[in-house]
Amino acid sequence: MRFLLDDEQRAFARSLDALLTAADTPSVVRSWGAGDHTPGRVLWARLADAGVFALAVPEAYGGVGPLPVELAVAFVELGRHAVPGPLAETVAAAALLTEPGPAKRFLPGLAAGELIATLAPRGSYALDADAAGLLLTVGDGELRLAEGHGAVRASPDPARRFGLPAADGELLASGVDLAPAVGAARLATAAQALGVGLALLDTTVAYVGRRSQFGVPVGSFQAVKHRLADVRIALEFARPLVFGAALTMAPADVAAAKVAAGEAAYLAARTALQSHGAIGYTAEYDLSLWLARARALRTAWGTPAECRALVLGEERALVHAEERAAGPHTGVTRPP
Amino acid sequence: MDLNRSPADEAFRAEARAWLDAHVPARPLPSLETADGFAAHRAWEAELAADRWSVVSWPAAYGGRDCGLLRWLAFEEEYYAAGAPGRVGQNGIALLAPALFEHGTDEQRARVLPPMARGEVVWAQAWSEPDAGSDLAALRSRAVRTAGGWLLSGQKTWSSRAAFADRAFGLFRSRPDTEKPHQGLTYLMFDLRAPGVTVRPIGRLDGRPAFAEIFLDEVYVPDEDVVGEPGQGWRIAMSTAGNERGLTLRSPGRFLASADRLAALWRGRGRDPYTRDRVADALIGARAHQLFTYAHACRVLEGEPLGPESSMNKVFWSEFDIALHETALDVLAAADGGDDAWGGARGTPGMAREDGQEAAREEDAWDEGYVFALAGPLYAGTNEIQRDIIAERLLGLPKGRR
Repeated sequence: MRFLLDDEQRAFARSLDALLTAADTPSVVRSWGAGDHTPGRVLWARLADAGVFALAVPEAYGGVGPLPVELAVAFVELGRHAVPGPLAETVAAAALLTEPGPAKRFLPGLAAGELIATLAPRGSYALDADAAGLLLTVGDGELRLAEGHGAVRASPDPARRFGLPAADGELLASGVDLAPAVGAARLATAAQALGVGLALLDTTVAYVGRRSQFGVPVGSFQAVKHRLADVRIALEFARPLVFGAALTMAPADVAAAKVAAGEAAYLAARTALQSHGAIGYTAEYDLSLWLARARALRTAWGTPAECRALVLGEERALVHAEERAAGPHTGVTRPP
Repeated sequence: MDLNRSPADEAFRAEARAWLDAHVPARPLPSLETADGFAAHRAWEAELAADRWSVVSWPAAYGGRDCGLLRWLAFEEEYYAAGAPGRVGQNGIALLAPALFEHGTDEQRARVLPPMARGEVVWAQAWSEPDAGSDLAALRSRAVRTAGGWLLSGQKTWSSRAAFADRAFGLFRSRPDTEKPHQGLTYLMFDLRAPGVTVRPIGRLDGRPAFAEIFLDEVYVPDEDVVGEPGQGWRIAMSTAGNERGLTLRSPGRFLASADRLAALWRGRGRDPYTRDRVADALIGARAHQLFTYAHACRVLEGEPLGPESSMNKVFWSEFDIALHETALDVLAAADGGDDAWGGARGTPGMAREDGQEAAREEDAWDEGYVFALAGPLYAGTNEIQRDIIAERLLGLPKGRR
């Protein structure tokens, strides 16, 4: 047993981190939230060139996957830089499109980054429906290609907007098994949340080190330090759950990773806001982009309660969660 | 990156499991913090040692099996999954032995370790003093030079196991005039029954004498019971403190077993919906601790020092242990008719259950586990001290006033 990332996996993380640092993601996020997807598409293509989306697509269809550990490595970095877009949804779509039938034709485009995919349970809102070139719905075991969507709605994370896909459309597959898609998207979301939390902690540590009150850095006060220490603990105990789940892909392990990473990121967000004070409560300050994301990812692809039920192996909850979780869920997923 | 077990690992686990199946007492031993229980636990240490299971990570020469860190973790998982008793030799095995391996002499190792492994000599720690708790370097107990050894005087307190143990180890001030408080300290081993030693047991929260005060009045200790160089005690104690905080004092196996037992308790007593999330959190936390420790152990095996990560581990397991036991007590209370006026009044006379004895024993074990867990955030360096270490050494935040 060697439960550590290998050199290649670490180098992959570093290269993505460098790519995203250079990409000025905060301005990409702000454009995306304003409905201008152009900078986001450019970034999406660069991530595809770096091999991110190919990790979710089988080799036979232009990918190199599925490689859950590498996918988790990548999604930690996507989260760290608050990259916008239907990232976990594209991963879920890649799993669903491997079903027998006409669905497979979209896979090479997903791997190459030419197609951004999103999906939702039939009758629910889909994340970034207006940005996606491939809009899918799932219901009664049927995977359909939706043609168009209704008006776009905002959510508490300005960069996550939702549209209701049309109910009809080409039948791509029937009798689809949702579990692998939900598992892959849930793991990706957990990894993304972990990255969001790590970035929030780093930003906050830097801030409390330079912000002075009473003549000393506020980061020298135990009341501040101890909260940040707790964030570090929560994140560092979520991290091995994420990578352990990537190795087993057992539903209970993935659910456990989702709970731990989602809660750790949310703790990081609450602590970051408190430690920054009022400046952290402004939309103008970039911290807000990560704060909003931490809140959204906490319930995306399985609420904490649903995931805890899965950890306990509660069967009724399992069916319920699998049905519900085939979508991003942020409280606006049902039509009004 | 993998979590694979080799065939040799599986064979080792199977051998441990088979031995434990054949030897673990069918009924839990009486509490370790009672005279009878202490004797029973001491006998269990001897039984473990007879088949070389008491100190698997030690060299064979001292009664071990030369197991590496990962195999030791595997043994601990099997040990606690089998419901085996708590380890009365823990203080010696987890704290003193690493100091002797790193800083002791061959003579000391040959003399001290085998009887420790067999439970013939049970060790207590003697770190804290009335005015030196979190600020351990403020300790004042003295070691004064005398012919062939040292005379120890002063008062130690909160000494776990000291009420029934044989010997103790701790730090003593051997030079009074140093510039800094952590200089001039010497690491010494002494006999709790030597002339000049008075042990006064202290009842912990449930009244059981889990720890004690130790009064020392010119207690003679020969030079051969000094660990490392005189005056270097602080460095020696700190070099093994990471063991206590992190990797070896509380292994993941213990918490995995507790979490599984909690889940079984919850399922067996009506799946109370109000505690469901917390039961799941126990399973999640135990798995997180296991995987965190695997990763930490892998890094240590590749040559990284134990480091301040031990502080994260200590805060995590100590608070996790309390949460798990709180949940268990709430599950028991809810299962005992939470919707009537007697809700939570488990153990009330007249509320005898059909499976009385077994259930009562199980409940006693959760009760004692809860009291035991409450001490976790206090010992081995309080969690506040650990959070300071995490904030300053891992996060790089500025030092402030303590």
